Amino acid sequence: MEPIYGDLFVNLSRWQFAATALYHFLFVPLTLGLTWMLVIMESVYVMTGKEVYKDMTKFWGKLFGINFALGVTTGLTMEFQFGTNWSYYSHYVGDVFGAPLAIEGLMAFFLESTFVGLFFLGWDKLSKRQHLAVTFFTALGSNLSALWILVANGWMQNPVGSEFSAETMRMEMTNFAEVVLNPVAQVKFVHTVAAGYVTASIFVIGISAWYILKGRDLAFAKRSFAVAAGFGLAASLSVIVLGDESGYELGDVQKVKLAAIEAEYHTSEAPAAFNLIGWPNDKEMKVDYGIEIPWVMGLIATRSFDKQVLGISELKEQHEVRIRSGMIAYDYLTKLRAGDKSEETKAAFNEHKADLGYGLLLKRYVDNPMEATEDMIKAAVDDSIPSVPYLFLSFRIMVAFGFAMLALFALSFYYTAKRQIEEKRWLLKLLVLAIPLPWLSVELGWFVAEYGRQPWAIGEVLPTFLAASSLTIADLIFSLTGFLAFYTFLLVIEVWLMFKFARLGPSSLHTGRYYHEQSKPSSLAPAE
Amino acid sequence: MIIDYEILKFAWWALVGVLLIGFAITDGMDMGVGTLLPFLGKNDPERRIIINTVGPHWDGNQVWFITAGGAIFAAWPAVYAAAFSGFYLAMLLVLFALFFRPVGFDYRSKIENPGWRNAWDWGLFAGGFIPSLIFGVAFGNLLQGVPFHLDEFLRVTYDAKFLWALLPLLNPFAILAGLVSVAMLSGHGSTWLQMRADEVVAARARQYGFYAGIATAVLFALAGLWIWAGNFNWFVIVSQPAYDALPNPLAKEVAREAGGLFNTYSTYPIAMLAPAIGILCPLLMALMSKAGKGGFAFLFSALGMTGIISTAGLSMFPFVMPSTTDPRSSLTVWDATSSHLTLTVMFWTAVIFVPIVLAYTLWCYWRMWGRVTMDEIEARSHSAY
Repeated sequence: MEPIYGDLFVNLSRWQFAATALYHFLFVPLTLGLTWMLVIMESVYVMTGKEVYKDMTKFWGKLFGINFALGVTTGLTMEFQFGTNWSYYSHYVGDVFGAPLAIEGLMAFFLESTFVGLFFLGWDKLSKRQHLAVTFFTALGSNLSALWILVANGWMQNPVGSEFSAETMRMEMTNFAEVVLNPVAQVKFVHTVAAGYVTASIFVIGISAWYILKGRDLAFAKRSFAVAAGFGLAASLSVIVLGDESGYELGDVQKVKLAAIEAEYHTSEAPAAFNLIGWPNDKEMKVDYGIEIPWVMGLIATRSFDKQVLGISELKEQHEVRIRSGMIAYDYLTKLRAGDKSEETKAAFNEHKADLGYGLLLKRYVDNPMEATEDMIKAAVDDSIPSVPYLFLSFRIMVAFGFAMLALFALSFYYTAKRQIEEKRWLLKLLVLAIPLPWLSVELGWFVAEYGRQPWAIGEVLPTFLAASSLTIADLIFSLTGFLAFYTFLLVIEVWLMFKFARLGPSSLHTGRYYHEQSKPSSLAPAE
Repeated sequence: MIIDYEILKFAWWALVGVLLIGFAITDGMDMGVGTLLPFLGKNDPERRIIINTVGPHWDGNQVWFITAGGAIFAAWPAVYAAAFSGFYLAMLLVLFALFFRPVGFDYRSKIENPGWRNAWDWGLFAGGFIPSLIFGVAFGNLLQGVPFHLDEFLRVTYDAKFLWALLPLLNPFAILAGLVSVAMLSGHGSTWLQMRADEVVAARARQYGFYAGIATAVLFALAGLWIWAGNFNWFVIVSQPAYDALPNPLAKEVAREAGGLFNTYSTYPIAMLAPAIGILCPLLMALMSKAGKGGFAFLFSALGMTGIISTAGLSMFPFVMPSTTDPRSSLTVWDATSSHLTLTVMFWTAVIFVPIVLAYTLWCYWRMWGRVTMDEIEARSHSAY
């Protein structure tokens, strides 16, 4: 079936959004977690008065700043990109989706960004407690910002508290509390910020492990290590226990995502088995070389022994019914838009309104969904499921990394408590090597959540291909190239600065107390 | 509390104005400072003085820009959709220029290499100058109308493509509007430096502020004259549904009328205050700069920008984004808005949070107050920007 809708154009738009979002998300998780670790370190400084904790706050704060600058840079794009590149989306759902974004600005961005400058530059102008408050508000602001962005994102996955209006030709908010308390959003928020805390913990523990391995600035490094081990252990347990699978029985999109992640091609008897590993075969709709663990998926996904996890072929059957109903909805919508105000038309539209989005899926193949052929309907049904192997594998790699990091934190915590960490050089080396893991995990997690939402921009409501702006391929080639070139250039500088200052360590504070400032380098340089 | 839909629609027009003015006074200030950076700072320590006057605040200020974008998304989704996709390449230029700011501020002084620092200084210049110019150009085009139309399902299409969409935006009147914007924002930045920078820089800022204030007033008056003499073909609503009707831009009839941009002032003469303030206050700002009164110069600069931005909004009222190719598709204060519920939720959020934001922003400015001196910069060479 040949799409009439410019697939190249839509794909370029999607790549641009994916690229800019993935770049942005390289910097966000570290900010979410590192700000709280700075609060912890500075609190110890304020309570005990020990200078080493002030140095820790300043040094890790310096690295935080290098990361934060690019978080702000790449974040700018995100606020405007819905309008520039997804203008029909902006019109169609702005009434609901715009609100959390604006509230994020007013409630969270202002807080974070107004205080972050004082965190860096206010040490001499603020009292100890005032500075601690500034650090706290920076952390609170960045985490509140994650809350509102995930309220917005949760609504894309599970669009509650809203209704389509034929008069205004868009989704309108009907219940603000439902939008905010959307269970999918809540689960996502907890999972995402906890993943950010893990990222920051691995960052701090990995770099601290390197100092310990090098035998320099030990007092500084071991204290940083201990903070990261404790914070990271708690955070990685949260990420796994509060993994967002629990939100996967809400809304059709989440059900589809779950079936795809699990390569559950056919509904199996409850409680369903979990595919530990395997190779999904989309053509024959089965998993090759699979190793199954009985019961586990049913328990995770439905929290019960008797509820079924729907398989892809059953979901497709449901989708076909909804697509046919959506065609009728589209027909009545056309009549309403043409000025038919009769009660019968309104009532008939309302009966099928919930399936309008499924009818719109046909617009990929035919301008008027009422004229769709059986082949087109079949193609739209196939479109309603994202590609299984990508999701199946991405999810498993993410989870494997998650458990690996949990194990590392548990060992680090144990040996720190036993005061044997310096002797466990194998563990320290592993921790240095583990530094990229959280970034790979969060990017894969983002991919699972957002690629798994396809073909929808807003689940069950608005297909992605209809959401894009009416731009040209030339516009997109220019902008996509520009973003990639600009971001990559800035990323190279960021990583270079990060390595430079991480290598320099606390000596970069020029207090005269650390390794590179000693006339005779000594591994026993006092740090207090 | 439930407020009438039509009142909320009007209130949101005013609130977007407040956010834009807030943006000009705060973020416009550090963009102006960025624009002046390579010229008023003759050597590295002087440039560091300039950067550190805004160092703790530029990021918070920038949130006015982000929040204005978010608020337009929430309150006027149709405008958010039409304006940012229609001005696509111009918007990208703004974003690319703004990218230089966060990294410029944070990375510049981390490395002691003159080439590195000089490069970031010009990056900060671009991040101030280009957005200042383009924001003005955008208003200059809105005042003439832009080519776009809505289809029956309210999908917006800009009626020009790629470079042929960008280049006509750079017409002579729009460039004049862009210059008004550059003059007022860079002048505003200079008043900040008059108050906060060490004497060597502040003296140059006073000199620049004098000329920028005069230039703002003259260019702004010139733009008004141009509209009057050029007989701009503005837009008038012939018929439209009730103010509190469900928003549907296509439900109205719009005609073109020469001189229509002055209608607000003949109906409500009090509105003349805005352009009057827009001319008078920049002149007062120039005088105060000359007289060495930086605080008053800043105040008059802020008032002058309020007058200028209000003039644009009042002249266009009730239009926000008029369409030249299909006047019926024009977006107005009455038909480009969100639903009653969303406007209500957002209204109360703004009423609660804007004062809180202002309060802690002022606290931060107050705590960091004082001139940034050469001695201080040298003493804090590893911790300041």
